[in-house]
Amino acid sequence: MKPIILQGHERSLTQIVFNSEGDLLFSASKDSVINAWFTSNGERLGTFGGIKGDGGHNGTVWTVAVDSQTRFLITGAADNTMKLWEIATGKCLFTWEFLTAVKRVAFNEDDDTILSITEQRSGQPSIIRIYKINREEPTLQTTTPITTMTLSGSKATVALWTPLSEYILTGHESGKVAKYDVKSGEEVNYVDDAHKGEITDIQSSPDGTYFITSSKDKTARIFDSETLEEMKVFPTETPLNSACIAPLRPYIILGGGQDAMSVTTTSQRAGKFESRFWHKLFEEEVGRVKGHFGPINTLAVHPQGKAYASGAEDGFVRVHWFDETYFRSRPFGDLEPEVEV
Amino acid sequence: MSEFEKIEGLTEEEQLDFEAELQEGYADIEDKYAVDTQQGFENVLVVDNIPVIDEGKKQKLVDRLRQLFAKAGAPIEEDDISMPWDDKAATNKGFIFLTYPDAQQAENALRALDGASFGKSTLYVNRFGDIERYANLPVGEGELPTGWREKAFVEKDHLRSWLGDSAGRDQYLTFRDTDVAIWWNGRNGNAEPVKVDGKPLKNSKWGELYLQWSPLGTYLTSLHRVGVALWSGPKLDGPIGVNVLRFTHPGVRLIQYSPCENYLVTWSEDPLENFENHPNAALRETFGPEDEGNVFVVWDIKAQRVLRTFPPEKPVQGEDGPQQMPWPLFKWSPDDAYIAKVNVGTGISVYELPGMGLLDKKSIKIEGVQNFEWCPMSDKDFAARKAGKGKECSFVFWTPEAQNQPARVSIMSIPSRNILRAKNLFNVTDCKFYWQNQGDYLCVKVDRHARKAKSKKATFCNLELFRVREKDYPVEVIEFKDYVPQFAWEPQGNRFAIVSSNDPNYGQGIPGVVVKYNIDFYQLDQKKGDFIAIKHLDGKIANTLVWSPRGRHIALATIGSSQKFDVEFWDLDFVVDERRETSEPGANVTMLASGEHYGITDIAWDPSGRYLATSASAWRQTPEPGYCIWDFKGQQLVHQPQDRFKQFLWRNRPATLLSKDQIKKVRKELKEYSRTFDEEDAAEENRGSAEKLAQRQRDISEWNAWRSRNNKKLSERRSELGKEKKVPIVNHQDDEKVEEIVEELIDETEEVVVG
Repeated sequence: MKPIILQGHERSLTQIVFNSEGDLLFSASKDSVINAWFTSNGERLGTFGGIKGDGGHNGTVWTVAVDSQTRFLITGAADNTMKLWEIATGKCLFTWEFLTAVKRVAFNEDDDTILSITEQRSGQPSIIRIYKINREEPTLQTTTPITTMTLSGSKATVALWTPLSEYILTGHESGKVAKYDVKSGEEVNYVDDAHKGEITDIQSSPDGTYFITSSKDKTARIFDSETLEEMKVFPTETPLNSACIAPLRPYIILGGGQDAMSVTTTSQRAGKFESRFWHKLFEEEVGRVKGHFGPINTLAVHPQGKAYASGAEDGFVRVHWFDETYFRSRPFGDLEPEVEV
Repeated sequence: MSEFEKIEGLTEEEQLDFEAELQEGYADIEDKYAVDTQQGFENVLVVDNIPVIDEGKKQKLVDRLRQLFAKAGAPIEEDDISMPWDDKAATNKGFIFLTYPDAQQAENALRALDGASFGKSTLYVNRFGDIERYANLPVGEGELPTGWREKAFVEKDHLRSWLGDSAGRDQYLTFRDTDVAIWWNGRNGNAEPVKVDGKPLKNSKWGELYLQWSPLGTYLTSLHRVGVALWSGPKLDGPIGVNVLRFTHPGVRLIQYSPCENYLVTWSEDPLENFENHPNAALRETFGPEDEGNVFVVWDIKAQRVLRTFPPEKPVQGEDGPQQMPWPLFKWSPDDAYIAKVNVGTGISVYELPGMGLLDKKSIKIEGVQNFEWCPMSDKDFAARKAGKGKECSFVFWTPEAQNQPARVSIMSIPSRNILRAKNLFNVTDCKFYWQNQGDYLCVKVDRHARKAKSKKATFCNLELFRVREKDYPVEVIEFKDYVPQFAWEPQGNRFAIVSSNDPNYGQGIPGVVVKYNIDFYQLDQKKGDFIAIKHLDGKIANTLVWSPRGRHIALATIGSSQKFDVEFWDLDFVVDERRETSEPGANVTMLASGEHYGITDIAWDPSGRYLATSASAWRQTPEPGYCIWDFKGQQLVHQPQDRFKQFLWRNRPATLLSKDQIKKVRKELKEYSRTFDEEDAAEENRGSAEKLAQRQRDISEWNAWRSRNNKKLSERRSELGKEKKVPIVNHQDDEKVEEIVEELIDETEEVVVG
């Protein structure tokens, strides 16, 4: 499984996403530029921002989301703005401005609504806003959210839509997992001590009926999207920054490593900068992929389960196409759950 | 029968009246003139255990006794000794009274004379008042004195039930974060939790500080802020005072068992306070005012009481500041008969158990003594001791060079205090003692400095090898030019291994530098009777030697390095073909395998010598806490990296109960046994994997059921909302070919055309 190494960012990666066909990969970084890559060969398709006067971000891009038709891109950054881009041209179509940084954005499955989480800072609470997206006239967007959820407790760090776009699921700094009604903006369900540390990532299963969270408490957990019931726990020995669920095979991928601050003082191995593959059902580790020399900040898996990519503090994205043995190997014999796509 | 003689002329009635009258009168008189033994006799002592003699020897005995008393500092006049006489037997009654001029002198004499030996017997001295008082305690047979509570008898759970495991498995304990778990170590690393009534053993109290097994594995010892708790029996729990024993010692940090598990020493950094008015009854009852300020406590485990407490040691001034307190400070003789402590520079104090009195009432004076170590006893020695013809205990100690006197290593026997062997040494910086575990051999590792060197820093090393079982304790000397940081005897064997280093980086502690070591194996040449080198390994990075408890196998590990974490497994008798005897000693020393445990901090063989556990404890700053289990061949069976992992402990085992003949028989019929074991193992393997398989099947069916339930709900809700499931447009990428045109420059020639 030879990786394709995407070198194009000057600073560490914050989030990477595949488009729904899996042929493109979008990467957001602290160097304020978003890159688009061909996943098959690692060639760069283009960048969003980076040239003066083209309406790009001016600060760390914390988050990126792509719609299912690969037409629009939403990004959120530390310059307190959220931007809508046209993927085909690389043009910035619209900019929303806030009082604090935008930490997370996501499209719903119908591509007509987005969510954004703004940072809690300088007296401003953490706020989740829901916007309708005007797909006909993309340069004319409303700045009035359809729903605003002001969080009084621990701030939300990550969020996700449920399959039918009725709810959003959030992960919080305190380790709480919660479920909000999109229409009313009310918290309908929550688990206070889902994790013992900050939740660093939340990603959905292929069909959205369950989701995985990763946390600084060194564990990843799978929850039922409906009830928030904890289904599986994956304890590791390193703080985790990202987790994703691989389609086709019953695996999940976890990534993390020692905190960026203390990385220079430890050897590559001590940092535990590997992607870890765990069996989703049996909660047992099945393999590791080495390569990064900084903590893995973000992981994404090909929507059809053919590849996965990792973006790290070292500024590189590594795209791994699974080889034949990955699909053929049966580490636990013939015991296999139903295939999920 | 009436006591009184019938008086003539009285009727029966009158007679009875008269008797009653008389009796009454006597009672009055007796009451009136009764001697109060508690007052007025403070100056009288009773000495018991006096030899019984006849008239002829009486004067001699009195003279001898007076001599002894005078020598002990309590002289007495002949007239003040009263010796009760048994006229019928024409001998004395075995005890005497001493009348001193006043109570103070009597009190001093009591202290000086009690327990003194007179010939073969030991004298017991008591106050006269005490004897009367205790003899007259109003207690009948089977009654308890007032104020005493009777404790109901509770039967103890079996203390060694774990040895009865049908598969003969060993137990181990893992301590992670605050959770303590106890496991059976099955074949091929199949760990099974130790269960009681179907539930795994668990106790939230265990994880407070740290844990330790007793030397024979009977007790699990947990340390708490308030003291030590010992847990035993199949449940490792039970009623307090029966299967759970508590020893209250606030702030206890270190503990040490005696080898036979009869006694326990605890140490706390905080001196004991005066607990007289403490609200905690346990503290009030356990310690008296005389214990105030002491930090060491010696306990009797079975009686659950304090035997004696000791004050803190004065810190020894080393070359660079006060030295760390050596632990164990108290050293037990192998038979639990003595406990001894070195008073650096002046002598060794040996205390007898269970009384905890100094042996012969005084410490052994040894000018300059630095350190000592008891000689272990073999099974044979214990058997001989039981038969009543064993040797005395002995220990080895050393004294450094003093004026006109060389340094010296000596072996002394206890309690006779005879020097069995002494050897002079020169230019000594330090000595370390290594006894072979059966007490057959002793190695004194002598760190030496150059003769005229100014600083006494050790630069080379001698091994002085004493063969203790032979006549006159012959000594052989092996000299090394290098540092020898590690030495280890093969248990039950006559081989040893050493680690030496001539690497200039040794001991410098330079980060990032891997120090190279040499490892040597030596063996006793049975014919010549001396030790010869059988194998030399050059340029190794391993710095730790761990022999299997059964001998033959040894693990070499690199511990404490930041780059290397190797573990090597060696067999000293590796023979491919059993029939072919190799004449060359050392030809069979073979490395079986080598592995790596990243972040290793501790290493330990299981009691059977079949498995080796390596662990990385979060207490010692390891990059990856957790543990591994290997078999003796070096195959890794278990690898468990666990966050916040703290301790891995094999449960110790007592010595086998099989006799030599029985062991021989087992050896002889090994093939027969191994067949049944192989069958059992195969069955176990099948069962184990079947269980796992079933569990996984359950996991899968649960998961599938849950998912289909969820999917059904989702699609119902979807149709309710009038939505359609989106199927991502996937243009079959399998068919799609990404074509890349790569231009390759094959050759380039440059021609300069001159016009």
